[in-house]
Amino acid sequence: MLLSRNRLSVVLALAGLVLVAAALRAAAGTVPVQPVEIKYSRFEPNFLRLEAGKAVTFEITNTDPIDHEFILGDRQVQERHETGTEPHHGEIPTEVTVPAGQTVRTTVTFDRPGRLLMACHLPGHYAYGMKAQVVVR
Amino acid sequence: MRRLLIVPLVLVLLVCSAGGALACAGVFSPNGNVNLLRTTTLAGYADGVEHYVTSFTFAGGGAEFGSVIPLPGVPESVERGGDWTLQRLNREVNPVPEFAAAANVRTLARTDSAEVLLETTIDALDITILRGGGDEVGRWAKDNGFLLSPDAPEVLDFYAERSPIFMAARFDAAAARDRGQAIGEGTPIHLAIPTDNPWVPLRILGLGKQAVERIEADVFLLTERKPELLLPDRGLVLERSEQGSASLIADLRADKGMSWIPESGMWLSYLRVDSTAGDLTYDLAVDVKGEEPSRVDAGLARIGSLPAAPSAGIPLWALTAVALLVAAAGVAAGRGWSLRRAAQP
Repeated sequence: MLLSRNRLSVVLALAGLVLVAAALRAAAGTVPVQPVEIKYSRFEPNFLRLEAGKAVTFEITNTDPIDHEFILGDRQVQERHETGTEPHHGEIPTEVTVPAGQTVRTTVTFDRPGRLLMACHLPGHYAYGMKAQVVVR
Repeated sequence: MRRLLIVPLVLVLLVCSAGGALACAGVFSPNGNVNLLRTTTLAGYADGVEHYVTSFTFAGGGAEFGSVIPLPGVPESVERGGDWTLQRLNREVNPVPEFAAAANVRTLARTDSAEVLLETTIDALDITILRGGGDEVGRWAKDNGFLLSPDAPEVLDFYAERSPIFMAARFDAAAARDRGQAIGEGTPIHLAIPTDNPWVPLRILGLGKQAVERIEADVFLLTERKPELLLPDRGLVLERSEQGSASLIADLRADKGMSWIPESGMWLSYLRVDSTAGDLTYDLAVDVKGEEPSRVDAGLARIGSLPAAPSAGIPLWALTAVALLVAAAGVAAGRGWSLRRAAQP
């Protein structure tokens, strides 16, 4: 009976440790989700304020029947893409293609404060006004 | 039976002429190799049927070229249009002396996909009649190689809210070349669309253009009597309103497929569109029965947003008063029942 009690204690202790570890891991992996909707070739919200040094997951939903891009960066980045020829994106977290009617997630950590834009550079989209401000503090 | 017999005989004729890069339809070019010089459109209305004639004129090139036009209903026929109707109408309001003509030639300029109602080929144009919402039509266009401009989703929704019927026309430049179709040569298309009132899409002219770009177009109406028009404050001007000349009617009737035009008694209205793409947010609503044209048809109001017509029944204030009385009676009865229950031993 004594042995059984000890076993039970060990099992409970181990189970507790497992739970604590899982909780810590879950807490460490929690990244805030920032939803972004694309409708009628516009970003909503069109202004975001985010914190430097913290990861954020952009959940971008394209409700349009046409493809769009989610290019996050400063003006130099935007200018490079406006004159660039890359048809698709997906390798870089801040440069994502969002196909028509689909939702795409990408996680970004801003290493320093700054003023950025999220924009689409498919032909005519940027000139149409498909851009929104992102301020990192 | 439709009200064909009670609707006054009407012809609505629309001609859009290009002073540069004007189009009468949403224009989508997959890679820009084929340049639209001029798209001309005519919409006619007689005996409850709108006759929609549009002509596609291209500068050549090696790619395919697409165009999407909103329609007020499902066409009962799609065929090749007459050869000179559009030019004759334009000449009616822009007479050009013969000697000056040569020197004055203007540059001619998955959610579910949409349901395909009709497919046909006219010369080098592949025509598809579609039924669907803006998203569905846009998805169909994308799946079929059309490159939609960024304003297309909003504009397609704008039209689909009122009529879910669209015509997609794809110009196959290779087929045109094989046919020996010359650069600059137009292909007129004639659709017959049963509908209660004629309607002319105008906002679609600005599709794919910057807000500051100018849109110029000529709109002709031929009706049995002076039509009722919904004219905005600016951007669309009634330039001429008069009896249609006998020579004009005779010339139009002599063209292929145009015998549906009555022989005489037609009233000619000429309207000129001169607007920026950003300001051209409406369509032309016409009423052929002498009533006020629909603001919904013009795109100036959404379906269901207009105030309901005055009812001959019980006034709203009376219904409200009765409802309040009933509610008060209910509260009083409930209170009395509670008091009685509390008084019971």
